[in-house]
Amino acid sequence: MNINATLLAQLIMFAMFVWFCMAFVWTPIVAALDARKKQIADGLADAERAKHDLELASKRSAEILREAKEKAGDIVANGEKRATEIVEEAKGQAKVEGDRIIAGAKAEIDQEVFRAKEQLRTQVSAIALAGAGKILGREIDAKAHNDLLDKLVAEI
Amino acid sequence: MSSEMAGAAEVAGAAHEAAHTSAEYIKHHLQNLTYGQLPDGTWGVAHSAEEAKAMGFWALNLDTLIMSLLLGAVFMFMFYRAGKTASAGVPNCLQNFCEWALEFIDNSVRGSFSGKNAMIGPLALTIFFWVFSMNLMDLIPIDWVPGLMAMMGVPFFKVVPSTDPNATFGMAIGVFALVLYYSVKMKGLGGFMGELTLQPFGKWGMPVNFLLEGVNLIAKPISLALRLFGNMYAGEMIFILIALMGGAWAGFTMSGVTLFGSQILLSLGWAIFHILIVTLQAFIFMTLTVVYLDMAHQEHH
Repeated sequence: MNINATLLAQLIMFAMFVWFCMAFVWTPIVAALDARKKQIADGLADAERAKHDLELASKRSAEILREAKEKAGDIVANGEKRATEIVEEAKGQAKVEGDRIIAGAKAEIDQEVFRAKEQLRTQVSAIALAGAGKILGREIDAKAHNDLLDKLVAEI
Repeated sequence: MSSEMAGAAEVAGAAHEAAHTSAEYIKHHLQNLTYGQLPDGTWGVAHSAEEAKAMGFWALNLDTLIMSLLLGAVFMFMFYRAGKTASAGVPNCLQNFCEWALEFIDNSVRGSFSGKNAMIGPLALTIFFWVFSMNLMDLIPIDWVPGLMAMMGVPFFKVVPSTDPNATFGMAIGVFALVLYYSVKMKGLGGFMGELTLQPFGKWGMPVNFLLEGVNLIAKPISLALRLFGNMYAGEMIFILIALMGGAWAGFTMSGVTLFGSQILLSLGWAIFHILIVTLQAFIFMTLTVVYLDMAHQEHH
């Protein structure tokens, strides 16, 4: 309980501890705290910005979606129009083609008929000649009655 | 110690001898381990209170110094480790605690200190944790450390440095030096002297002013030191007195068992209450230091 030099030693120790605390404890911890404070503030600001960005992005995406839908509708309408056009065109072409084919077929038929008639005519004249020859016996000279026969053939 | 006492109490009709040993027990607990010049001229550790007193000013209380150095070093090392690895990332347990402590100190400093001084924070932190850890030693059962030291041949060992007025006055004088330094630095020597002599009664009441303000100034470190010392000393004293009750143990008699039981209950109760005092005194020492330094920084009219 005596006052003695312990007082001075304690005073020196006190000063040393305060200095140590100031140099090696307070400064780094306060720096870390400040850095964390800043980090948190930055993080919050970032989150706020991200939220804002998200809002913008969703707005934009809705816009884009709407535009895309519109475009798709246009495209479908165009497509349908084009399809009917194509169908109409095809119909026209088919008709033309059909007409052409029909015309060709008709011409062919006419030709065939003409050829058949021709053939028939020659055959008929031969038959007629044969028939007449049989009827008249050998009386009829093919040469003498050739003009008659030609007349007959023409008549047929 | 208590076994000696029990032995003494066993002697029938030796009430006066028992009182003698009680007094010895108390004295033993209140004596510092003092190193200084012995009466025969050699240097060594005092083995009695009279020897310690005879050493005069140039002696050291080894127990106070060792304990306060040890405690200060332990908490400084803890904070140093936290500060070294401190990062803005996720803090670990130690860093968390140190940051919490530092913010608590920082907040209470901001509450009472209006100036700007990079030293106040570390000063307050050091004071709070140093005084707190010194006071906390009061919660160690009072016979453990002195008993251990007695086994090692050390005659005395006071484990609570803040029950030694040297420790509290050492810190208070440090604070006082800072108060004087900042008073002169902030107000100039003239301003500080003016503050001491020109109020409250104006320049014609100069001697009275100086007396009042001087007492006011001197009272700061003295009250700072004595408040801490007084509280811790009284607390220690009550622990010693409570410990004496069980020391009167003289076999399984009614009074012996009652005393022993009441020692346990009382020391438990007092220790729990003392946790409050330990913390409160550390906080008061810190806050008053900050307030005194704040006053030193301010011009008051």
